[in-house]
Amino acid sequence: MVKVRRWLPSLAFVAPSIILIGIFVYGFIINNIGTSFQMVRTRSGRLKAPGGFQNYTDLISDPRYQHALWNLLVLTVTFVAGTMFFGLLWALLLERGVRFEGAFRSLLLFPMAISFVAAGVIWRWLLSPARGSNAVGLNQLFQMVGLDGLQSSWYSAGRFNMAAMAIPAIWQLSGYIMALFLAGFRGISEDQREAARVDGATEFKLYRYVLFPQLSPIALSALIIVGHMSMKMFDLIYSIAGQSSYTAEVPATLMWTQLFQLNDPTAAAVNATLLLLIVAVAVIPYLVYTNRTEKGVR
Amino acid sequence: MRGKKLAALATASLLVLSGAACGSTTESGSADATTPASTPKAGGAGGTVGVFTWWADGSEKKGLDALEVMFKKQYPNDTFQNLAVAGGSGSNAKAKLASDLKNGNPPGSFQGHAGAELMDYIDADQVEPVDDIIKELGGESVFPKTLLDKLTVDGHIYSVPVDIHRANVVWSNTALLKKAGITSTPTDVAGWLADLQKVKDSGVATPLSIGGTWTQTELFESILASNLGADEYSKLFSKDGKWDSDGVKQSIEQYKKALTFANTASDGDDWPNATDMVADGKAAYNVMGDWAVAQFEMKGKTYKTDWDAFAMPGKENIFDFLADSFTLPAGTKNPGGTQDWLRFVGSKDAQTTFNKLKGSIPPRTDISSDGFSAYQRSAMKDFKSSDTKIVSSIAHGAAVPLAWSSEINTAMSKFYQDKNTDNLVSALVASHDKYAQ
Repeated sequence: MVKVRRWLPSLAFVAPSIILIGIFVYGFIINNIGTSFQMVRTRSGRLKAPGGFQNYTDLISDPRYQHALWNLLVLTVTFVAGTMFFGLLWALLLERGVRFEGAFRSLLLFPMAISFVAAGVIWRWLLSPARGSNAVGLNQLFQMVGLDGLQSSWYSAGRFNMAAMAIPAIWQLSGYIMALFLAGFRGISEDQREAARVDGATEFKLYRYVLFPQLSPIALSALIIVGHMSMKMFDLIYSIAGQSSYTAEVPATLMWTQLFQLNDPTAAAVNATLLLLIVAVAVIPYLVYTNRTEKGVR
Repeated sequence: MRGKKLAALATASLLVLSGAACGSTTESGSADATTPASTPKAGGAGGTVGVFTWWADGSEKKGLDALEVMFKKQYPNDTFQNLAVAGGSGSNAKAKLASDLKNGNPPGSFQGHAGAELMDYIDADQVEPVDDIIKELGGESVFPKTLLDKLTVDGHIYSVPVDIHRANVVWSNTALLKKAGITSTPTDVAGWLADLQKVKDSGVATPLSIGGTWTQTELFESILASNLGADEYSKLFSKDGKWDSDGVKQSIEQYKKALTFANTASDGDDWPNATDMVADGKAAYNVMGDWAVAQFEMKGKTYKTDWDAFAMPGKENIFDFLADSFTLPAGTKNPGGTQDWLRFVGSKDAQTTFNKLKGSIPPRTDISSDGFSAYQRSAMKDFKSSDTKIVSSIAHGAAVPLAWSSEINTAMSKFYQDKNTDNLVSALVASHDKYAQ
C-alpha cells in the first residue's frame, strides 16, 4: 500500500503527457512509416507507388532527392561550423569580462527571438542575386562600399549555394550557442583558474587544458541541437526561396512539394521516414552517451 | 555541471519537436453521390454557401466583395460566407483546401484554375460535374466552344469559369523602344529576339525582366506556343505529345537566348518586381499574364503612351488562357446553395461586374465591352475573334495537372542554372511520360 502511494501520484501526473506523446508523436510516426510502404494506384490506373521497399529505393535513386540531400549536407556543415565558431568566439570575448556585458549578451541573443519566417522575409531581400544597377540588399551594399567583387548569387546558383542559406541561420542561432558556452564558463569555479595560474599555465594553456575539456559536454549538446535543427529546417528556406524552389531544396521542403504539389503522400512519407532516420543517426549516439555519463556521475 | 544539465534539457525539449510525423491516408475516393436535380428556386435554395478562394487582396478582393453584395441581392435566402485564404497565387489556400477535402469537410464551392489543374480533384472524386448548370447558362451559345472543350474531362465539365486571363502577353516600355529605334511589333520570336538585341545595343542593361521560376515557365510556354502553333502545342499534353521535337528544341534555344537579355532572378521572386522594371524604364520587355495591367495602373502609367502590350508573335494569334472557376465539391452540405452560387457566377451581370473590377475578361462572349478598359477591350476582341487560337497555360495549371506543372517548373529552375538544352528536353520528356494519359 505504501508503495502504491509512492508511485501512483507521479504516474497520474505524467500519464497525460505519455498518452499524448504516444498518440501524437509515436503513433503518427508509426502511421507515417505504414504510409511509406503503401502501394498506390490512381483511379485512372497509373501506378504511383510500387509499394514496399521499392518506394524507398525509388526515392533514394531520384536525382532530385539526391540534390536535396546534397543541399542539406552543405547547409548543415556550414550552419553547424558557423554557429559553433561564432558562438564560441562571442562567449570567449564576453567571458573575458568586457564592459556592458549584459547589453552585448542581449544584443547577440536577440536574433533568436525573431521567428525564422519573419527573418526570412528580410533575408530574402538581403540575399537577392541581382547585380549591377538592379542590385538590392547585400549586393547593393557591396557596390556602395566599393567591394563589387564580393557580389554573389547567394543561394540562387552554384554547387555550394546552400552555404549562403546558412548565413541567416547562423545569424539567428550563434547567440544561443554563445549563451550555452557562457553558462558553461560560468559553471567552472574561479579556483581552478587560479590554481592553473599558480602552477604557471599561460592563458592559452589555461583554456586548452583546463577550461575547454570541461566544456565538451556543452559543445556536444550545442552540436546536436544545431545539427538536428538544420536537418529539419523548413520555415527559413520556405520564406527565403519561396515555395518549392528547386535550387534551395532540402528534404524537408521537398516533402511539402511532394505532398501538396506533386500530390504524392507516399513519397512524402518515405521522405519523412528517411529524414527521421537521418536525425536519429545523429541524435541516438548522443542520448546513449549522456545516459552513460549521467549513470557514471550517480 | 549545471550548464550541462541546462543544455541537456534544451536538447530534450527540441527533440520532442523534431519528431515531425506526417499523417496521410490512401487515395480513396469519397462516396459517389449523384448530382441532385437542378431546379432553380426563386430567391435561392436557402442555407449557407461557403465560398473558398484566394482572393483576399487588391483588385481580386474588390471583385469578390462586389460579387458578395450582388449575390445577397439576387439570392436573399442564401447566406454567403467568405472563406478566402490569403497567399500568393493560392499556394496556402490549396494546402488548406487539400486538408479540408481529405477530412471530408468540403466548402460550399472552391476556386480552381479551370482545366487540367482540376484533374487531381476529379481523380479523387472530390468534385462533381456541373454540366446542367453550364447548359442552363447557355452552353456553347455563350461560352466559346474551344474553351468548353478545354474544360471537358471524359465528357463532363466540372467547373463554371468566371474570368479569363491571357498569359502570353509581352509588355513593353514605349520610351525605351523608341530610343532603340523599334517602330513595329515583331512578327515572330526571332524578330522579337532581334529587337531585344537592338534594345541592348541602345544601352539598356537588362532589356528583358524576369521573376521567379513560374514566370520563366510562362515565358517559355509563350515562345513554345508561338513556334509550334495551337494544334501542335495542345498535342504536347496528350498521350502522344513529342517533347523532343525540333520545334520544342528550337523554342528552348530561343528561350535560352532570351534569358541572356534578362536580369538575374532567384526561384522565389514574385512577378510585380519584374513588371515594375518595365513600368519604371529599367527593362524594355516583360512577359507576364494580363494581371500586369493593374501593376502599370498602380504606377500611374497609361496604356499606349507609357507602356504597350502585344501577344508573343508567331505562326498564329495565340490566346494562352487561364481561367478561375468555381466547383461543386462532392459531399458538400448545401448543394442547392452551391448551385445558386454557380448559376450566379456564370451569369452575365456577375461576370460583367467582377471582371471590370479584377481586370480580367469575362468568359461569356455575349457581354458588351462597354465600360471595360482599353486593354480589356482589345483582349475581349482577340478572345472572340475567329482567327485567335485558344490554348491552355502550363504555368497556371490549365494545360497540365498540378503535379506535372510542378515537375516542369523544377526542370525550368534546373535549366536556369545549367542552361543545358538536352537536360531540359529529357526532363520534359520524362515528366510527360509520367503524367500524360
